[in-house]
Amino acid sequence: MTHVLDPNALADTSGGAGTPPDPFADVTRSNDAFRAFLHGLPGVDQVGAEARAKVLGTRSIKTTAKAWAIDTAISMVDLTTLEGSDTPGKVRSLAAKARRPDPTDPSCPAVAAVCVYGDLAGVAKEALAGTGINVAAVATAFPSGRASREVKLADVRDAVANGADEIDMVIDRGAFLTGRYLDVFEEIVAVKEACGPAHLKVILETGELVTLDAVRRASWLAMLAGGDFIKTSTGKVSPAATLPVCLVMLEAVRDFRAATGRQVGVKPAGGIRTTKDAVKHLVLINETVGTDWLSPDWFRFGASSLLNDLLLQRQKLRTGHYSGPDHVSVD
Amino acid sequence: MTMFEYAPAPESRSIVDIRPSYGLFVDGEFADGTGTPFTTVNPATEEVLSEVATGSDEDVDRAVRAARRAFVKTWGPMRPADRGKYLFRIARLLQERAREFAVLETLDNGKPIRESRDVDVPLAAAHFFYHAGWADKLEHAGLGPAPRPLGVAGQVIPWNFPLLMLAWKVAPALATGNTVVLKPAETTPLTALLFAEICQQADLPPGVVNIVTGAGETGRAVISHPDVDKVAFTGSTEVGRAIARAVAGTEKRLTLELGGKAANIVFDDAPIDQAVEGIVRGIFFNQGHVCCAGSRLLVQESVHDDVVASLQRRIGTLRVGDPMDKNTDLGAINSAEQLARIRELTAYGETEGATCWQPEGDLPDRGFWFKPTVFTDVSPAHRIARDEVFGPVLSVMTFRTPDEAVAKANNSTYGLSAGVWSEKGSRILKITDQLRAGVVWANTFNELDPTSPFGGYKQSGYGREGGRQGLAAYLRSDS
Amino acid sequence: MSDRLTVRKTYKLYLGGAFPRSESGRTYEVHDTKGHFLANAAWASRKDGRDAVVAARGAFGKWSGATAYNRGQVLYRVAEVMEGRAAQFTEEVAAGEGLSTAKARAAVDAAIDRWVWYAGWTDKLAAVLGSTNPVAGPYFGFSVPEPTGVVAVLAPQRSSLLGLVSVLAPVLAAGNTAVVVSSKERPLPAITLGEVLATSDVPGGVVNLLTGDAAEIGPWLAEHADVDAIDLAGAPAPLAMELERSAAGTIKRVLRAPAEEPDWSADPGLSRLRPFLETKSVWHPIGV
Repeated sequence: MTHVLDPNALADTSGGAGTPPDPFADVTRSNDAFRAFLHGLPGVDQVGAEARAKVLGTRSIKTTAKAWAIDTAISMVDLTTLEGSDTPGKVRSLAAKARRPDPTDPSCPAVAAVCVYGDLAGVAKEALAGTGINVAAVATAFPSGRASREVKLADVRDAVANGADEIDMVIDRGAFLTGRYLDVFEEIVAVKEACGPAHLKVILETGELVTLDAVRRASWLAMLAGGDFIKTSTGKVSPAATLPVCLVMLEAVRDFRAATGRQVGVKPAGGIRTTKDAVKHLVLINETVGTDWLSPDWFRFGASSLLNDLLLQRQKLRTGHYSGPDHVSVD
Repeated sequence: MTMFEYAPAPESRSIVDIRPSYGLFVDGEFADGTGTPFTTVNPATEEVLSEVATGSDEDVDRAVRAARRAFVKTWGPMRPADRGKYLFRIARLLQERAREFAVLETLDNGKPIRESRDVDVPLAAAHFFYHAGWADKLEHAGLGPAPRPLGVAGQVIPWNFPLLMLAWKVAPALATGNTVVLKPAETTPLTALLFAEICQQADLPPGVVNIVTGAGETGRAVISHPDVDKVAFTGSTEVGRAIARAVAGTEKRLTLELGGKAANIVFDDAPIDQAVEGIVRGIFFNQGHVCCAGSRLLVQESVHDDVVASLQRRIGTLRVGDPMDKNTDLGAINSAEQLARIRELTAYGETEGATCWQPEGDLPDRGFWFKPTVFTDVSPAHRIARDEVFGPVLSVMTFRTPDEAVAKANNSTYGLSAGVWSEKGSRILKITDQLRAGVVWANTFNELDPTSPFGGYKQSGYGREGGRQGLAAYLRSDS
Repeated sequence: MSDRLTVRKTYKLYLGGAFPRSESGRTYEVHDTKGHFLANAAWASRKDGRDAVVAARGAFGKWSGATAYNRGQVLYRVAEVMEGRAAQFTEEVAAGEGLSTAKARAAVDAAIDRWVWYAGWTDKLAAVLGSTNPVAGPYFGFSVPEPTGVVAVLAPQRSSLLGLVSVLAPVLAAGNTAVVVSSKERPLPAITLGEVLATSDVPGGVVNLLTGDAAEIGPWLAEHADVDAIDLAGAPAPLAMELERSAAGTIKRVLRAPAEEPDWSADPGLSRLRPFLETKSVWHPIGV
């Protein structure tokens, strides 16, 4: 199963830049109004959300369902390397893995994207030419986001110029946590504009937002600002992606589409290392927002080591016996 | 394939060895009953699982005499710490054989294996573990310096949580030094009989626990036996009344845990997604065969449409079917008789003018099934708003103010449980205070724990099970 | 000896905070143990019982909702006011029960002290009978004792004041409201107690005292759907069994009577509080 991203999948149908879609066009008229709106969203009871995620985590996904889930999960991977030690060689090696995750099995789907720092986006673009696999680049002074807006926007433009199809930005958590919601909003709008044709994933860094109430508010803020995806984490802060956080974000995109007609994708990133984790997320999608989000157009895993575990499990299902780490590539 | 279809994930039933027939467990041994045996079936398939003995009056008498002997000779005089150790043993044995119990419970009862595995059996073990610790600390229970056991307890339990209700009855009785004659429900006797094996494995002295199977007549013999000192019953309010009448004028102590028609109140400032989960858990847990089920949803008018829409969407994801499948959310109705009662009451709902909603989907051909059902446009006068359905049927009503919510919630002859959903702390405490119910779940529902006393107000019964307060039902206090 | 002609008291019912005659218009003669006429007492009917239940239900919200401290002060006030009327109670008890003045006075003192004892219980019950429940999950769980509701009390037949106070005070201390049927032969202290209650900040309807025959009114109370509990202290064995059966129809809490009327001077412990208290267990998630 090879998935080619639908180029129109993320088409923005909202009004002008900076204006939230109807019926929320006026909620950003002032910081006070925006605050009132975000704090008027229904609260999230942490214990209840965690209990729900836990029950869904007990789903038993076997045989054909597991095979489908593994291939779907592979096709949703944003294969990621975000190290200070990254080099063109490392990125090219990752790109090769992205195209043919399992060299022994041509039926294995390719991943959705390769995710790198902006300066290496060009290397990735070249290595992935003609594959349909996107290049995602982190930008906006990733991971902390602590830089002036000019620097962040320049970071974005640079990554796009280098060939990034998708930009993974970070929100200004400092501003968010001190209640300057409109500042965060406007920055996302500006980044979205700087993205041009590139799709925008907005990283909330939920590990720093801490509460699920804040996750819900940040999700809505990012969606109203025009983000194409909302993403949990940079992977540099612990905890990163957790099932309850993903549950709350899925509920947010579900409710947002119901209210505005606009569908937004979700990307948990960081901490998802096993097939079991990935399958739990697919179950979460399936039973929270439904099958509309069960596609790489609308759901991604930001991960590196996850892919190898998916491949090992895939081999096990195919051959009937357990595989080992030397049967998948070290990248 | 763009759908995510879960492949069947059946739990293996090979772990449990169901015998073709079972006798009574009296004085530490299995023995034939002298009544006419009956069969117990798997309600999901109507397959006969086993033939089970019926305890006659003489059998019950034998069991009570065995219990009396054990009370006088072994269990009563035993060092309390040793009684506790036996209960710890039982708790551990239940944990060790948890999967076996879960499978057997699901086969005999029809409840989803996920629930028997994750709720019934672990909680049953927890009840024994909790009460084991009380055995040698009863002087600290607030019942005076030297509370004494009552003697022989006659206990009659229902079919909705067969093993868990056994644990709720047997664990406190034994911890306080009483001995037991227990009658399981006639549609779900098997885990009680497997529990008898646990008693043997634990080397529990003969006669401390006696299990006499049978139907209503057997139960009547147990509660009316003159040498029974204590009667504990969980079941319908109707039978509870009959038992209270039968016990009147005797020295027998009585506790009753009866029906309910719990209000689940959702305010407009509730955490809506979790409230929807709580509503689902409140009424569809165990197919709604729960005395504390949140069967009356009271939702503030301003959020009624949103809540009902979310609820229907969520119910659409419930997986109804094979209880042995690990992904099943809603299993089989326990018996043809119960299914008939659910059908009768829901038919009233429609003729009385409420709007019935059920999700799409097919039900299995064999067995006893009922779809998750939501009635909207329900008036407090409707029978589905007043009578306990004891099935997966929710009645939705609205309110405008907190006072109206409380008035409607309390407008019931029952008072077992209630729920309240709001993000405002002071409101939670106020409403919680005003609700006339023995258990109030705020921003959660259907949570149970051995440390938390459980029992009803009004016609939902009297006495408590669990916690320090639950011990009073089995002890004679000098203060 | 003064030659002033005394003003005698008309003994009526105490119902909803007022002192009406029986709606039936009936009275009966009350005699001392030697057979001398003491007074005419109102002979309460089932309809008086019905009215009393309405009054008790109406008063329940306010009484049960009052702070425990407030209820304690009110019950203590009852003791204070009784103390001032001790002579009158002593006279009634001595005449009705055939006791010496000293023994009657001892019974009155014990009755007053019993109010004091229960007055001190109101704000300790939650601490002694309640709990926080360490449940195995992220929930704060607690259990509190709450009053059962409207309690029908068939007062002891022999001990007309100490017995009466011993069964009534715990019902009130627990936060319930009461419909009391007094000792049939010895009803006078009950009505004098009503006069005390009426002047002791006990809200009207919290206590309703009916003089008359438990065998006549008891069955109506036992079957009454708006009575939550019944204390059979003053019901003789065959009646007690009948009433317990009737009470089963509405799952009432029943406090049985011992075979013999007990010595009311004994320390009652919690034995008369527990039967008229429910336990409410509350759960709430613990999260951020």
